Amino acid sequence: GTDDHSSDLFWESRINMIHFVLLVSRQGKVRLTKWYSPYTQKERSKVIRELSGVILNRGPKLCNFIEWRGYKVVYKRYASLYFCMCIDEADNELEVLEIIHHYVEILDRYFGSVCELDLIFNFHKAYYILDELLIAGELQESSKKTVARIISAQDQLVEAAKEEASSISNIIAQATK
Amino acid sequence: MNPFSSSTRLRDMIRSIRACKTAAEERGVVRKECADIRASINENDPHDRHRNLAKLMFIHMLGYPTHFGQMECLKLIASPGFPEKRIGYLGLMLLLDERQEVLMLVTNSLKQDLNHTNQYVVGLALCALGNICSAEMARDLAPEVERLIQFRDPNIRKKAALCSTRIVRKVPDLAENFINAASSLLKEKHHGVLITGVQLCYELCTINDEALEFFRKKCTEGLIKTLRDITNSAYQPEYDVAGITDPFLHIRLLKVLRVLGHGDANASDLMTDILAQVATKTESNKNAGNAILYECVETIMAIEDTSSLRVLAINILGRFLSNRDNNIRYVALNMLMKAIAFDDQAVQRHRVTILECVKDPDASIRKRALELVSLLVNENNVKQLTKELIDYLEISDEDFKEDLSAKICSIVEKFSPEKIWYIDQMLKVLSEAGKFVKDDVWHALIVVISNASELHGYTVRALYKAVLTYSEQETLVRVAIWCIGEYGDLLVNNVGMLGIEDPITVTECDAVDVVEDAITRHNSDMTTKAMALVALLKLSSRFPSISERIKDVILKQKGSLLLEMQQRAIEFNSIVERHKNIRSSLVERMPVLDEATFNVRRAGSLPASVSTMAKPSVSIPNGVSAAPLVDLLDLGSDDILAAPSSSSGADFLQDLLSVDLGSSSAQSGATPAPKAGTDLLLDILSIGTPSPAQNSTSAIDLLSTADMNNNSSTALDALSSSAPPHIATTASAGGMFDLLDGLSPSPSKEATNGPAYPPIVAYESSSLKIEFTFSKPSGNPQTTNVEATFINLSPDTFTDFVFQAAVPKFLQLHLDPASSNTLPASGGKVTQNLRVTNSQHGKKSLVMRMRIGYKVNGKDVLEEGQINNFPRGL
Repeated sequence: GTDDHSSDLFWESRINMIHFVLLVSRQGKVRLTKWYSPYTQKERSKVIRELSGVILNRGPKLCNFIEWRGYKVVYKRYASLYFCMCIDEADNELEVLEIIHHYVEILDRYFGSVCELDLIFNFHKAYYILDELLIAGELQESSKKTVARIISAQDQLVEAAKEEASSISNIIAQATK
Repeated sequence: MNPFSSSTRLRDMIRSIRACKTAAEERGVVRKECADIRASINENDPHDRHRNLAKLMFIHMLGYPTHFGQMECLKLIASPGFPEKRIGYLGLMLLLDERQEVLMLVTNSLKQDLNHTNQYVVGLALCALGNICSAEMARDLAPEVERLIQFRDPNIRKKAALCSTRIVRKVPDLAENFINAASSLLKEKHHGVLITGVQLCYELCTINDEALEFFRKKCTEGLIKTLRDITNSAYQPEYDVAGITDPFLHIRLLKVLRVLGHGDANASDLMTDILAQVATKTESNKNAGNAILYECVETIMAIEDTSSLRVLAINILGRFLSNRDNNIRYVALNMLMKAIAFDDQAVQRHRVTILECVKDPDASIRKRALELVSLLVNENNVKQLTKELIDYLEISDEDFKEDLSAKICSIVEKFSPEKIWYIDQMLKVLSEAGKFVKDDVWHALIVVISNASELHGYTVRALYKAVLTYSEQETLVRVAIWCIGEYGDLLVNNVGMLGIEDPITVTECDAVDVVEDAITRHNSDMTTKAMALVALLKLSSRFPSISERIKDVILKQKGSLLLEMQQRAIEFNSIVERHKNIRSSLVERMPVLDEATFNVRRAGSLPASVSTMAKPSVSIPNGVSAAPLVDLLDLGSDDILAAPSSSSGADFLQDLLSVDLGSSSAQSGATPAPKAGTDLLLDILSIGTPSPAQNSTSAIDLLSTADMNNNSSTALDALSSSAPPHIATTASAGGMFDLLDGLSPSPSKEATNGPAYPPIVAYESSSLKIEFTFSKPSGNPQTTNVEATFINLSPDTFTDFVFQAAVPKFLQLHLDPASSNTLPASGGKVTQNLRVTNSQHGKKSLVMRMRIGYKVNGKDVLEEGQINNFPRGL
């Protein structure tokens, strides 16, 4: 390999990042997956299968961390959904719990008491919000307000484009009548 | 009609999928939708693209293949409108990964969008690039991203900063291009920009020494001031989490200070005050505060020695450990492992609490606690800790017994103060969890027993008693059988009673019963049966009065489905019946097994032949499961290995017992053997010879279980094809040839290596083995050159092999490139040189953590381990 393998930084492996984010329902249905490290489609399905099996079967009062294939998965259940993030062994698990909560709060604010159905029918919105929160497996923004503002600005751009398009098609419809 | 209103149809699709009651029904709906989408793609109507892609993404999340939609992402990205680009980039990130060729096609669009006049389009491109760019794309687009770090809008600056993080991870050479831009971000007030800027700075420091020096010199004080400001900041609702202003920023600042302080006393000094303030003032009643304390402790432990801070850190961990929140206890256990390196005593104080955690209902906590306990063991507390662990072994969950027993065994072996204690503890472990104990562990126990001549009587009696109660524990049964075979006379006559023992009454018949039980029990595996057969032969001489009965038991194996068992039964029977005159000398007690040689062998045994012996698991019709075959491989390898070193030619035993051994011993004789290595395993399983143990004979090879193992499948083949047995025998001889051939290119390694430090097996899993050999450059005792050999034990080729290692602070590690990144299947090797410098030479031993990544059949595999068995004094 070409990577720098050695590290004397106190046990720390060099790249600490969120490798992927996973939202799974209590029934084991995938609601969102986001991969920041390269996994093939096959590996992705395997990861999802393995992890949802372990996480869904964990008892309610246990800690929110599982050690898995040399990584750690931090998960937290909100209502019927499990939010999971996979990090390196040396990463700060407690902070990742905060990041998960941060995301949930932003979703909640955006949808207004978010529930699983919101995330099913508007799954793309959940992705857009996540993209304003994390890039390259790192936190991008600590202000919920800022995220909400940027998302709404982009939603407005989409709305504006829709209106323009519908007015054009009206004109065409009128002209061809 | 509104061409962009995908929502109705997308909604409809989601509804109809959700309405499905069975998986088959769902597949049907998805199949139909996919067919529609394909048709629509073929029509190439741009108005449907948006909707098609949205639907495909949903289908993708359900786990169905959606590759046919990949090009649609590219088309959408190339469209002029924001809505199309937004969904296009989202699809790109979801449906593709950086390894797909298609991704290269998007580079041009990305470049255009990075220069787009609409900042939200720029944001989309930065996000996509930051999430999935490959090394090539990183190289191509780095200048654009670097420029965007200075963009007028903070939303773009922060995205560009994180995108740069990805770029320098992918292409570390580019790091220096980003140093200036990153340092400009550290002065920002906008939290998003600051957080991402600090992250980029951290990344650059870990990648590039120049960057580290630069930031250390120019930015340490500024970063400390930023941390102080944020710590003392008044309430800011926008950033408040549980009463703390922006814990995320706190954590990133602490993280970057850690890199800057590590290895630099000046920088460490500068940050002492603020770290002390964070450690003492941060509220610890909420998770956010604890997350900051966690990061602060990490930083304190990593920077240069500031002992007063370390006391604070240890105290925080102590509080964490007694917290009722499982999450906090988990991280405490994790971090105490690191804290041991600089303050063992402080961690020892928490021993009782840590031991309690070993018994926690939460598997994550148990695992951490067990790791930690094993690091806490020393000569003074080993007895107490072992007792606690063994007590718990009796009541622990079945699925935890394997880990727990392995840890106990390694603790006992490492710190045992005396032999009787060692034997007692091992007997307890074998009794409670014998079926989980690895071969090398019970082999080692037999070697120790063999060496403790004053304890032979005591041990055989203890084993006899144990095996009556725990007859289902396979490894216990094996050790018991071996001891009864060797020391049966001591058992029945209460010879060598220790003061602590109560006399027991065991008749010769009772002793034979135990062995007979083991050989007739249908779930005993072949190793056990073979050992039992040898034990019976031995007992026939120790107990002449019941040799008729023993003979009958042996003869029953004539009907065994395993050819080797049949054959040995007949041969042993003939020894018992017709060669009484030589029997007693044949089956004399084993000479004492040489512990030193065994330990070297155990540590450095050559695995070359293991994989050649790995056979697909077969199910033996009589109910003997195939699983033990795998267990036997270890044994087998050692036995076979002994062959090249066995120097004997013709031995009378050989004439007596061999069927076709002449040829195989000729083979082994042909292999030059510089040193008559003793293969102890071989000896263990063999019947003794009157000649000194150093001359292990090839006759012994035949009696060893490994041969039975090798031959078993051949024997089965023979049986199933109802071929005459002697054909199978010939075939088995051929098998032995192959094995020996496979071995000949690896002549005794010990001879060529410097004798100072024995080689070790640093790591071994079912698929991979790592051996370390050591040498010291002259005049530099602190430095050790390690040659690591990676051996592929699996039948598949490993590609993209990468070995990574990390060491604690007192060590410095340098890795040379590996000889290759591909390990051919079945014994393929790669070597890599490491250089370790031990600044605490003479005080601390080497220790290393390693992570190995490779691909098997396109799948990523990751293996990890900690290497604690370095020879002392390196």
